[in-house]
Order: sequence, then structure tokens, then C-alpha cells
Amino acid sequence: MRAASVALARRALRNFLRRPQLLAPLVLFPTLLLVVNVGGLERTTTLPGFPRVDGFLDFQLAAAMTQSLLLGGVSTGIAMALDIEGGFFDRLVASPTPRLAIVLGRVLAASVIAALQIIYFLVLGAIFGASVKGGVVGVLCVLAIGIVAGTGFSALGVMIALRARNASTVQGIFPLVLVVLFVSSAFFPANLLSSPADVVAAYNPLSYIADGLRQPIAFGNALAPMLEGLAAAAGVAIAATSLSVLALRGRLRQT
Amino acid sequence: MSRCGLRQDLRTIGALMRRGLNEILRVPGGAIPGVLAPTIFMVGLSASFGEAARLPGFSADDFRTFIVPVGMLQGAGFTGAATGVNLARDIQQGWFDRLMLAPAPRPVLLAGVVGSACLRCLLPATFLLIVAFALGVSWPGVGALVLAALLIMGLAAAAACYATVLALHFRTQQAAPLMQIGTFASILFTTAYVPRELLSEWLRAIADINPMTHVLEGVRQGFTGDVTWASTWPALLALAGLVAAFGALAVRAMQRQGC
Repeated sequence: MRAASVALARRALRNFLRRPQLLAPLVLFPTLLLVVNVGGLERTTTLPGFPRVDGFLDFQLAAAMTQSLLLGGVSTGIAMALDIEGGFFDRLVASPTPRLAIVLGRVLAASVIAALQIIYFLVLGAIFGASVKGGVVGVLCVLAIGIVAGTGFSALGVMIALRARNASTVQGIFPLVLVVLFVSSAFFPANLLSSPADVVAAYNPLSYIADGLRQPIAFGNALAPMLEGLAAAAGVAIAATSLSVLALRGRLRQT
Repeated sequence: MSRCGLRQDLRTIGALMRRGLNEILRVPGGAIPGVLAPTIFMVGLSASFGEAARLPGFSADDFRTFIVPVGMLQGAGFTGAATGVNLARDIQQGWFDRLMLAPAPRPVLLAGVVGSACLRCLLPATFLLIVAFALGVSWPGVGALVLAALLIMGLAAAAACYATVLALHFRTQQAAPLMQIGTFASILFTTAYVPRELLSEWLRAIADINPMTHVLEGVRQGFTGDVTWASTWPALLALAGLVAAFGALAVRAMQRQGC
């Protein structure tokens, strides 16, 4: 099982790195929004109720990371759907490959990509003056939350691909990703969100993931928000992986 | 050109525009994200950044009214990009090669492709406006809406020409992110979120030289105040420049096909 999962993860990684059309949106769009948000809304840090930060970039980095990880989930789903459309999935099923490795391999590859995405944004932030206040421990914490969350979002993408079976449908969930992200505290402090987004944000796991990523970057290490972020990411990862395994079983029954 | 030739060209343009519009019914799954995305962006941005309207110097009563024109331009940009993606698909599937064999001038074929984008961009804009008015955005008046419609149709034409150039160069749908990101970025590097005075210095410098800023302000004027000639002519001039520049590049790319 482990060997098959690793082999499929390596294949997924190779294919991913070979296809810039899958890789580019993961960093291009979040970077673009990060730049524009920081340039356009920098003065909002002076609003009453906005937490004390060194700059809006410190605050927005977590939003860009969360958005990038979500897009990673969509890309993983598209890659899985392309495997189904192209017949590779059927050939895998016909081989003596452990079934669970089909999902685990894909999710394992996504966790490596998630780590690269987090590192990219940390480096980008450092270049433009956003240091991680939590130091090395803070960086490790951001990496941990990011990798677990990225794994969860990718498992969701795999689940949707297994149910939809075509790449264009998976691509179509992109607007939904934006909706879920906007009704969270990823972009702006929860206490400054408009109603009813503030109410939804309180129950949205993305709020906790983004706040967990933000805490060590913008404010320094504090156990409660970081643990909440990790717990929310782990919850999404466990639930999504279980759902994708269930979707795989359903798909195998139909094959 | 004879009257008969002109009539034939117009018929060709009309047929290509109808084909482009048919895409909406034929592949609704492909059209829905492009229609929904600007509205989601408008609703989401106003939910997240609505408090920015409380900043001293903000020129609109509420953030949603200020951001609606940005959504309209994004809808036009996405429509233009989708035209390029559809053209790349036609190239990959061989339909475009058959089109090139048709006894019609290349600029006429381009006009048909671009014309469909001009009409299709009204769909996301209409959906956006319906949602915006339902959420309390004030009615800008018929004149302002007509001007806004003309400007976004022009922008869709420029974006479609830009995407056509990329589609003809790369000849694959994999160039879609390049087609989308060009207009997406150019719309955001303007006074999209806040008035010029509230922008960071570096973004203000970019916005000042970005022709899209004039187009955005031209669409926005009716939503945040009165329509004036002083805000209208820079928008028309900027748009004319964009259409002329990208149109010329697209015609050149079309002329080179099959050479």
C-alpha cells in the first residue's frame, strides 16, 4: 500500500510540475489579489477595531495562502478528473494496485505541493517586508497548518472529481471556492465583516485555518488560535479524505 | 466594396456571432462560472471590505455601489477571455482550419468572433446588476446604464482581440490562464477598491498610467454621481485606443494564418 501510494504520488507530482496550466493559477491569482489588496486597502488598518499590525501585507499573507491552498484543491480535482477522462483511472483499477492508494497517492502529492505553496508565500512576504513574528516555531506552525489544510482541500477535490468524472465540472466549483473564502475572516478581521458574512464566518472552518496561519505571521505565537487552526485543518482533512474514499468505493461499484 | 459583398460580410459576421451565442446554450456548464464569478466577486468583496467605505475621503456612500462597476468590467474581461479559449478549442478540434478555407476576409471572421463577445458580456453584467439592485445599490439612471453597457461591450471587444492573439499564437486551451489574467490584472491595478487618493503610492502610479482606470471611472460615474463629459471622453478615448491596438494585433495574427 505504502509503495503504491508513494509511486502514485510521485507520478502526480511529476505530471503537476509538467503542466504549468495546473500549477500557475495556484500562485498567480492569489499573488495578484495579494498585491492589489495590499496596495488598495492598506489604509484600512487604521479603521477602528482593526488589530494592530505592522502592515496590511502581514495580515493578508494568510488570506493569500488560504486561497492558494483552496485552488490547489481544485487543481488536484482537475488532475484526478483528467485521469478518469483519459482512462488512466480505469487502467489503475484493472491492475492489482491497492484501491486506497489511488486516493492516498493523490493526496500525498497535494501535501507536498501545499508545502511549496506555503514556502512561496513566506518567501514573497519576506522579500516585501513581512517577517514571521513567531520566529522558527511560527514558520513550522504555518507550514503544519498549511500542509494539513492543503491535504484536506485536495481530498475534497478528489472526492468531487470521483463523483463528477469530468474536469470541466470540477473547474466549475471555482466560484464556489471564492464564496466560501469571502464568508470567512481570511481577508478581513471577523469583527469588521458585513452582516451576514460575519455570522457565517464564525462557523466557517476557513476562518480558523486563516486565523491560525495569520497568528504567527502577524502577531506572534499564541497557542489558542494556532491550535484552533490546526484542529480545523485536521478536521477538514479527515472528513474530506473519508468522503473521497467513500466516493472511490461508489465509483468502483459502478465500474 | 460592392453592396452585395458588404451584405455577404455582414451575414458572415452575424452567423459567427450566433454561433458564439449558441455556446451559452450548448455548454451552459462552461458559461455559468463566467456569469457568476463577477457577482460573487462583488458580493464577496463588499462583505469582506465593506468597512473601507468608512475611510475618510471615500467617495461613495457604500462599498457595494463603488465595486459594482469593477464586477461589470470583470464580466467583460472574462467573456473576452472565454472567446479566446473557445477559439483555441476550435483550433485544436480542426473547426478553425475549415473556417480559414471560407471565402471571407480574415477581418470579417475576426469581427464575428469579437462581436459575439460584445453581446455575451451583457449576460454577466445583467445578472450582476439584478443582484446589486436587489441588495440596495441605487439606480444610476438609464443614460448611465447605456453608457456603462457601451463601455463594457467595448472592453469585451478589446479583451476578445487580446485573447484571440494568444489563442492564435499558442493554439491550445492551455493558454487560458494567460488570457484571463491579462484583463483581470489590468482591471484590478486601477482605482478598483478605493478612490485614487486612498491608494498606496505605487498603486496610484500604476493606476495613473493604466488606461483601464479611465474606463472604470467612466462606468462608475453614474453609480457614484452624475454622468459628465469630463469623465466620459477619457473612458471613450482609452477604450478606443485599447480596441485599436489589440484589434490591429488580432487582424495581423489572423492574416498570418495559413501563410
